[in-house]
Amino acid sequence: MELARPYTAAFASRFLLMLQYRAAAFAGFLTQCWWGGIKVMVYAAFFRGATVTAPITLSQVITYTWLAQAFLALAPWGCDPDVALAVRNGSVGYDRLRPVDNYGLWYARAAGWMTSRAIPRAALMFLFAGVALPLAGLADWSWAPPPSVAQALLFAVSLPFVVTLSSAMVMLLNIAVVAILNDRGVNSLLSPLVIVFSGNLIPLTIFPDWMHVALFVQPFAGLVDIPFRIYTGNLTGGAAWAGIALQALWTIVIVALGRAWMARVMRRLAMQGG
Amino acid sequence: MNAAALLRRYCAASLRAQMQYPVNAMLLATGQFWATVVDIAAIWALFHRFGAVDGWRFGDVAMFFGLVSISFSIADFFTRGFDVLGTEFIKTGAFDRILLRPRTATLQLIGHDFRLSRAGRFLQGVAVTAIATSSLHFQWDAASLALATWTIAGGVALFFGLMVFQGALAFWTTESLEAMNLLTYGGVQAAQFPLSIYERWFRSFLIFVVPIGCVAYFPVLAILGKPDPLGAPDWLLPLTPLAGFAFLGVSFIAWRAGVSKYTSTGS
Repeated sequence: MELARPYTAAFASRFLLMLQYRAAAFAGFLTQCWWGGIKVMVYAAFFRGATVTAPITLSQVITYTWLAQAFLALAPWGCDPDVALAVRNGSVGYDRLRPVDNYGLWYARAAGWMTSRAIPRAALMFLFAGVALPLAGLADWSWAPPPSVAQALLFAVSLPFVVTLSSAMVMLLNIAVVAILNDRGVNSLLSPLVIVFSGNLIPLTIFPDWMHVALFVQPFAGLVDIPFRIYTGNLTGGAAWAGIALQALWTIVIVALGRAWMARVMRRLAMQGG
Repeated sequence: MNAAALLRRYCAASLRAQMQYPVNAMLLATGQFWATVVDIAAIWALFHRFGAVDGWRFGDVAMFFGLVSISFSIADFFTRGFDVLGTEFIKTGAFDRILLRPRTATLQLIGHDFRLSRAGRFLQGVAVTAIATSSLHFQWDAASLALATWTIAGGVALFFGLMVFQGALAFWTTESLEAMNLLTYGGVQAAQFPLSIYERWFRSFLIFVVPIGCVAYFPVLAILGKPDPLGAPDWLLPLTPLAGFAFLGVSFIAWRAGVSKYTSTGS
């Protein structure tokens, strides 16, 4: 327990700090309602006129859309801004001198950063899409509860893996920033990949059938598609467990990659600032 | 020096500054390009899965999307100054300096920062329009090209107006209002689908409040030679981009009110 303390402290302090930014959370919430609303209307139009049966139902895709909007902050959209700043002003040197594992410390901070941003937004989104919409008579368009206790439990297993996987990806971005000393270009290149391959844009099952296996096993699926299809009951039983196993496996692989790369980059670290 | 020459000089200076970091500029433009390519991937997947929606084909939607992307990228290229007005000029007091110079604030803000990365979205808009053309086997002629240019002009005016309006609001809020991104980026998002698939209240908002439908949906129907399923008369369709210019006019009235209310915040 004593060993984990610096990392839990890093997580907790970042978590509490980020909770202060309520105005930003509210602006983000409004944007997500707009985006979610447009998507729901578009899906409704496609399903209304559909002559073929889709591999996912309209109510599943609507709940999926609200979940994806609610937990948007859990995706690896960019490097940790604190790390980018530390690289620019040279304080990355202090982090190197601390008597803790540097990868672990940054990882814990990244995890705290994204969970603290996600929780208030998810709560607001639930109030809007899960409570206000049904009360307004738009139950068809609302965030529905999981279809069974089993799916809810599977989701409870899968959701924490979103954080572990996403933090591992943020760490790759952090290390890339340390290596090339600039954050904007790196961030703008990864996010389109995340949007498509995580299933944030549309559930991956909507893509043509021949792509499904490849889309399921790639690492980004564990960020949105796997957990939220489990929640909606679109991914059940053995397939759901396979999805969770993939989330865990990719976390381990990407953490290992990140650690190896960080060790290399830090050996020839050029510190800026003065 | 006249206004056009001054703008050219502003533009050359911005571009020169960005080319000092060529890798960064390229990465940003590539990022912008990909970010908008993924949108069309989703639309393609939906049509591939479900077939046509209310009689709209993939090519129709690509045409809406391509033209609106072109309009937005052009407007965005010229309006960075209005976008960051709150954060970079009003909060810091730097707007005082702008008012002291012997040129209009509008001209100086247009010249503030021309961002090369916007080329990514522009190229994507052109590419999507080309995809739409080949998907629909559409034959461009002089009339449809003129109409497309007019549509884009209306779109540029509308998005320009939205940015000026955002700038005007900053005189009251001091910060740049991020919620305005809803109307700009969110508007582009909404305009890429035909208005007829939306609910009535949302449609009315996109026609009568922020007339994005008038610079995308209606004129593109005229370009494609389709009647409006919502029942707007055919002669009205090509005239609707005027709404973009009207919106720009209203935004400048708000802008004047904002400037006259300005009190310096700097030290």
